[in-house]
Amino acid sequence: MQISRQQMLRAYRQMAMIRAFEERLHVENRTGEIAGFIHLYAGQEAIAVGVCENLTDRDHIISTHRGHGHAIAKGCDVTAMMLEIYGSRDGMCKGRSGSMHIADLDKGMLGANAIVGGGPPIAVGAAIASKVKKDGSVAVSFSGDGASNQGTVFEAMNMAVVLKVPKVFVFENNGYSEHTGASYGVGTEDPVKRIAGFGLPVWEADGTDFFSVHEAARQAIGHARDGNGPSAIYAEAMRYFGHFEGDPQLYRAKGEVDALRTGNDCLLNFRRRTTDGALLEAAELDGIDRETADTVDEAVSAAKAAPRPSPEAVLEDVYATY
Amino acid sequence: MPTMTMRDALNEVLFNEMRRDPNVIVLGEDISGGAGGSSGTRDAAGGIFGVTKGLIHEFGEDRVIDTPISESSIVGAANGAALAGLRPVAEIMFADFVGVCFDQIYNQAAKFRYMFGGKARTPVVIRMSMGAGMNAGPQHSQTVYPMLTAVPGLKVAVPSTPADAKGLLTTAIRDDDPVVFLEHKALYARKGEVPEGDYAIPFGEAALVREGADATVVAIARMRGFAERALDTLAGDGITCDLIDPRTTSPLDDELIIESVANTGRLVIVDESPPRCSIAADIAGQVAQNGFHHLKAPIVQITAPHAPPPFARELERAYVPSPNRIEAEIRALVAGG
Ligand SMILES: Cc1ncc(C[n+]2csc(CCOP(=O)(O)OP(=O)(O)O)c2C)c(N)n1
Ligand SMILES: [Mg+2]
Repeated sequence: MQISRQQMLRAYRQMAMIRAFEERLHVENRTGEIAGFIHLYAGQEAIAVGVCENLTDRDHIISTHRGHGHAIAKGCDVTAMMLEIYGSRDGMCKGRSGSMHIADLDKGMLGANAIVGGGPPIAVGAAIASKVKKDGSVAVSFSGDGASNQGTVFEAMNMAVVLKVPKVFVFENNGYSEHTGASYGVGTEDPVKRIAGFGLPVWEADGTDFFSVHEAARQAIGHARDGNGPSAIYAEAMRYFGHFEGDPQLYRAKGEVDALRTGNDCLLNFRRRTTDGALLEAAELDGIDRETADTVDEAVSAAKAAPRPSPEAVLEDVYATY
Repeated sequence: MPTMTMRDALNEVLFNEMRRDPNVIVLGEDISGGAGGSSGTRDAAGGIFGVTKGLIHEFGEDRVIDTPISESSIVGAANGAALAGLRPVAEIMFADFVGVCFDQIYNQAAKFRYMFGGKARTPVVIRMSMGAGMNAGPQHSQTVYPMLTAVPGLKVAVPSTPADAKGLLTTAIRDDDPVVFLEHKALYARKGEVPEGDYAIPFGEAALVREGADATVVAIARMRGFAERALDTLAGDGITCDLIDPRTTSPLDDELIIESVANTGRLVIVDESPPRCSIAADIAGQVAQNGFHHLKAPIVQITAPHAPPPFARELERAYVPSPNRIEAEIRALVAGG
């Protein structure tokens, strides 16, 4: 389907924002100011944005430990996210969550999730809510190749099929589950066939091509909205950074990422396709690159200056204070 | 005695026990790491905290098993392998993931021996990293031993030093019952003297770390070191305490604790878990029931609050009992007469 100019610019902005956010965190993390674990999504932007550009605030998504990209794509505020990652009192989750649990219920973002495989069953529940309330919303879960081997994910796939709920399972194969290759941990030679075996229609997309993911998601989400039940999207795109920031990546061949960055980068692919086809001007995209860099820059400055939580806040939002 | 980190002490035990007994296997996620990776490097991780480093090279893929992310089946497979005659040591990266595999621990491993008329042996060890200290947030920082200690049929070890880690893991692997072995992640890099050669510490024997007159302090895992710091300061002001490290919460050495309270008359328990249905509450209950007449003052429990462990540095610091807080509470207790 033809995507409007407006939509393309918006999609590029979202992808560029994620990239700028992640590249900057990679640098900032080395200052030692950021606590805890950081898992970066750079390289996979086309998947989060290709899917979420088909969703509205009413739709729900649930993410993973590698959640920044999904959160930004779903419309979460970049500054509030940055404040959360820095642990500020004014962060998106009051500094209690950090990178791994960022959530904004108003945006239909049910959270990053640090339990691998924790998300898909929860998204089935959000899809049940849609069915009961007849509000036309769709629930989407994102899961990695590693997560795709977790029992909870298999259960959720079967249950979604049994209940015929408006749910889309997005599987992102980025080649690795921590230090282990997907080719080892995912037993099947054909992950798409495995998903289809659960009774889910599967749309396969090129995870480095926004247009491919967007089209797959349009169909899968449309399928759910039309009352035809759950389905899946399968896409491959490698991550550019380590599993977590600080990962020495011994499992990875030297030069693998450089080759991806120059040869098959989703932002460059988008740029080439839209400018070669005279759909967008390079200057417009350059402008977006500058704007997103500025936004992230402001978010980091704000996060560094933001108020810290007070110790008493440990016992806020609990029902018993002992 | 050589000095080494807790990580290295644990690693040494795994090498020793795997050499000693061909039935010992290890399994878990990234236990060697690198399988299916593009560099072709095996042992790219050696376990997420490096405890199983190097095993793959000596013992090979049959006994050093990298698994998919499937905690229920990791523990379940360990259980089955144990019933069929092996001595599996399963690794669950973070103790919080016990939520994913609880059935295999709680309804399966813990009950085989009893349910099967005493005929089953389940020599399985489930190692997990636990605790706060890395700002890893609500799903990666919990201590979990209270709920595991509550399960009949499980043994639960909570080492606080490299030496205890060596002695307790050796016992755990040789034990014929399921053992949950909790390694505090803030202690992996901590160094200490470790006895050479074969070294096993019996379960259910607490360590009397220090002797003193004014109070009995019981401290678990990371809290032992915090209590020692507090007691160092207090010693300068003439306050001395017995310091007891239970080392295993199941079985628990309540005898040594009550014996000590009989001498000191005061009890302080330091526990990183939330306060209710905790080990602190359990020890307090035991002493109230069996040593009430020894007590000169109410029992003091120093615990985390009844909340999940939060992420931000300030919040995590406020959550975990600190040496300062331990010192202040002991001081107040002793001053109270
Ligand atoms: C239940 C559970 N098991 C293990 C982990 C540790 N862990 C965190 S991320 C990860 C790998 C996930 O791989 P994948 O699903 O492919 O996502 P990716 O990191 O590649 O985005 C593992 C093993 C966890 N957080 N939760
Ligand atoms: Mg992956």
